[in-house]
Amino acid sequence: MKKKNLLTRAIIIAVVTIVGLYLVIGPRHRPHLKDFTWSGMKQTLASNIHLGLDLQGGSHLVMRVKTEEFLRRLTEENAVAAQNAAKDAGFELKGGRAETNNSNYRVILELADASKATEVKDAVHKKVELGDTSVWSFSQSGDQLFWTMTPAAVRTLADNATTQALNIIDSRINALGIAEPTLQRHGAETSHQILLQMPGVQDPERVKDILKGESRLELVHVISPPNPSPAATYPTEADAIASLNSGGTVPPNRRVLPYAERIEKSADPNQPKPKQWVVVEMPAIIDGSELRNASAIPTQGGRSDDYEINFSLKKSGADKFGAWTGSHISEYMGVVLNGEVKSVAFIKSQIFDSGQISGRFTKQSAEDLALTLRSGALPAPIEYLEERTVGPSLGQDSIRAGVRASLVGLAMVVVFMLFYYRGSGINAVVALILNMILMLAGLIVFGATLTLPGIAGIILTIGMAVDSNVLIFERIREELRSGKTVQSAVDLGFDRAFVTIIDTHVTTIVSSLFLFVFGTGPIRGFAVTLVIGLLINLFSAVYVSRTIFMWELSRKRVESLSI
Amino acid sequence: MFQILHDLDIDWLGNRVWFIGISVLLMLAGLGAAIFRQATGGQAFNLGVDFKGGTVVTVRFRQKPNDDAIRAALVNKGIHDAVVQPVTDKPDTVLIKVPLEGEGQDGRTRVREALSTFGTEAAPGKELESDSSAAYKIIGTDAVGAIAGAQLRNKAIAVTLAALVGILIYIAVRFEWTYGAAAVIAVFHDVLVTLGFFSIFNIEVSLNVIAALLTLVGFSVNDTIVVFDRIRENRKLHRRDSLYKVTNDSINQTLSRTIITSGLVFLSVLALVLFGGEVLRGFSLALLIGIVFGTYSSVAIASPIMVWWEQRLEAANREAALSFNQPRVVKPVRAQRAGSKV
Repeated sequence: MKKKNLLTRAIIIAVVTIVGLYLVIGPRHRPHLKDFTWSGMKQTLASNIHLGLDLQGGSHLVMRVKTEEFLRRLTEENAVAAQNAAKDAGFELKGGRAETNNSNYRVILELADASKATEVKDAVHKKVELGDTSVWSFSQSGDQLFWTMTPAAVRTLADNATTQALNIIDSRINALGIAEPTLQRHGAETSHQILLQMPGVQDPERVKDILKGESRLELVHVISPPNPSPAATYPTEADAIASLNSGGTVPPNRRVLPYAERIEKSADPNQPKPKQWVVVEMPAIIDGSELRNASAIPTQGGRSDDYEINFSLKKSGADKFGAWTGSHISEYMGVVLNGEVKSVAFIKSQIFDSGQISGRFTKQSAEDLALTLRSGALPAPIEYLEERTVGPSLGQDSIRAGVRASLVGLAMVVVFMLFYYRGSGINAVVALILNMILMLAGLIVFGATLTLPGIAGIILTIGMAVDSNVLIFERIREELRSGKTVQSAVDLGFDRAFVTIIDTHVTTIVSSLFLFVFGTGPIRGFAVTLVIGLLINLFSAVYVSRTIFMWELSRKRVESLSI
Repeated sequence: MFQILHDLDIDWLGNRVWFIGISVLLMLAGLGAAIFRQATGGQAFNLGVDFKGGTVVTVRFRQKPNDDAIRAALVNKGIHDAVVQPVTDKPDTVLIKVPLEGEGQDGRTRVREALSTFGTEAAPGKELESDSSAAYKIIGTDAVGAIAGAQLRNKAIAVTLAALVGILIYIAVRFEWTYGAAAVIAVFHDVLVTLGFFSIFNIEVSLNVIAALLTLVGFSVNDTIVVFDRIRENRKLHRRDSLYKVTNDSINQTLSRTIITSGLVFLSVLALVLFGGEVLRGFSLALLIGIVFGTYSSVAIASPIMVWWEQRLEAANREAALSFNQPRVVKPVRAQRAGSKV
């Protein structure tokens, strides 16, 4: 019975050890002889285990989608549209505006005639999405009409904007060809943060710029006398507003935008760009959502390093654009990128589905811009909250230091255990080494990432593994001192110490679970390593160590134990 | 067999006033240092960029200019409050710490501009060794904005507290809630004392230090549970002994294990301090201090608090029993605290 029990245990341990060893240093391809040399095993281990960015090198970016900006724009657009709708329906307004502060977003219309409130409201609701009661709640006070965005809608819309931004960033990263990126929501739902990890990317400047590119493209009608007179531009913003003859304010169907005149590259870069202002019509003829494709091409007849962007429109956009350009021959239109007019040109003939953005781009900047245009406009600007880069050499230094320290620590433990517990110390050392191997195997099986805090978890596990052995051995010694036979001292020692070991392990596992649930990246890495290590320790320090004792005691009648 | 300690009979609880006094003094010293630093215009803790926001750029030079030259180059480009910190075990490497300055500032780009005073940077994807024309290479950056800093700070505190709650619940279930509370108070003490050391010696508190504090929480509770476990076992075996005596005995019986385990872990962590490199230094220092106090607190803090609390409850129960059973003749309660020195 005993013998059979021992055999079963030995077989289980052998199988687990072999599987563990294979997982850690076994190649994932057809094995060659060189896979079993020291350097070969090291290489296999490195490729099997998934290293965190802090060890492997790479970039870690946390960005926030400025959803409040998205909601503000949405509210402002609606305010403009509501005013236009009311005016189109023949009602007179004293004023209208969007109010956005402290996560309150509302559209306000001031009526000239308060008795017409219901009619104005109906006229607005017919044309503008303010009628959507799941988003906007309507209220009236005197001659003022209010549409307030409901808190639920604020949450949902902000969340959607973040998801959309995530998708766009994803397509931009794919277009850039970054290997094995990790892209995910970060932190609380309401924080609208996105985490991007790029292994191996040391200098994320270009990626950051590309991801940040809002790429809001609009094609607009420029208010100007038609060709052949030149496009109307104004030297200052005030002059442009004055040309509207509307008493110093910009009416809802107009916008005043800066127009950066093209400058020669040789010009002194310290000189401010000569800026001009133009007046454009709102809303835009079409926007970037109608874009089908965009590509960078060298400017025809320009200098060799001058690039421009060719774009083409989707069917729906092309129809709209074609109809508009057909009826506005000789008038001026402008290409607006991120709220800045890039170029102004008059319409020679009807244009359907393609156009250019010229602006004296370099090859790189034109290609980057085309890439972001293809991926679509970000719903809202993003800002970077956190940026960490680790060069591969720094990561390797950390690994080397961590491994060296762990080995020195392990060596001291081994020497002490062998010295202090003699023969039984071998048990502890076998258990400890098995624990290390199985722990690496566990990390590989669960696809966990080994990070610097993860190494800390390994060190705590070594500590607790040693502790389990010390607890058991001290207990056996105590039982021996009180005059028990070797057999019963070993049995009692294991049984009694087991209660303590379970308690210490479960407490630590419970607190690790809390860390895993509430913690972020590095802290999670710590928790995962620790939990895996502790579960394995229950096997290696208790089951395996006890089996070795059983085997020793079964061979002969033991009078004394080397402990 | 070779033994460090056995058959001890030390009255640990008798010295509880000393133990708790020392701990209170240490915590007060830490608190004093924190208040003093805050009051004299500094910060209570030397928070790293993780929590404060800012940029740290790690630069390797082929021929490292002296720190003043680097500082001058930075000032020249308008970076005034930068700290240039040499790396102890890497003479060719420096850390340049730039404080947070409003939104949209790119510390890395600005530092790179300033460093161009000394030559060009190694091309992307190339190490300093393989690019002979380069004078330096930025091998790592950490840039944290104000929002992320505050967020990481709050999260770190929340996570530590959550872990403590988890421990409290588990120990309350397995033992008594007084045991759980005593263990958590002891762990809390360890964290405070360790943080106090960080304030006194002005060591930087980074995200890795938080990981160390969490490790320390695990270790300290582990240590406390070993003692409590023995108390629970001895309570069953020696029902006539007072809790006071049982606790003292249990501490004595587990003392050799406590010393061996803590000693070994201490040595491992010492190896980490000595050989673990710059990145892990804050982490390993926190752990080293923590292990000493984590071990100390299971004996000196957790046990006395638990005994004191249990005795209070026991006394309260007895009074309640007496007042409820007034008409009956009360049998003299067997001296539950025989041998007690309280």
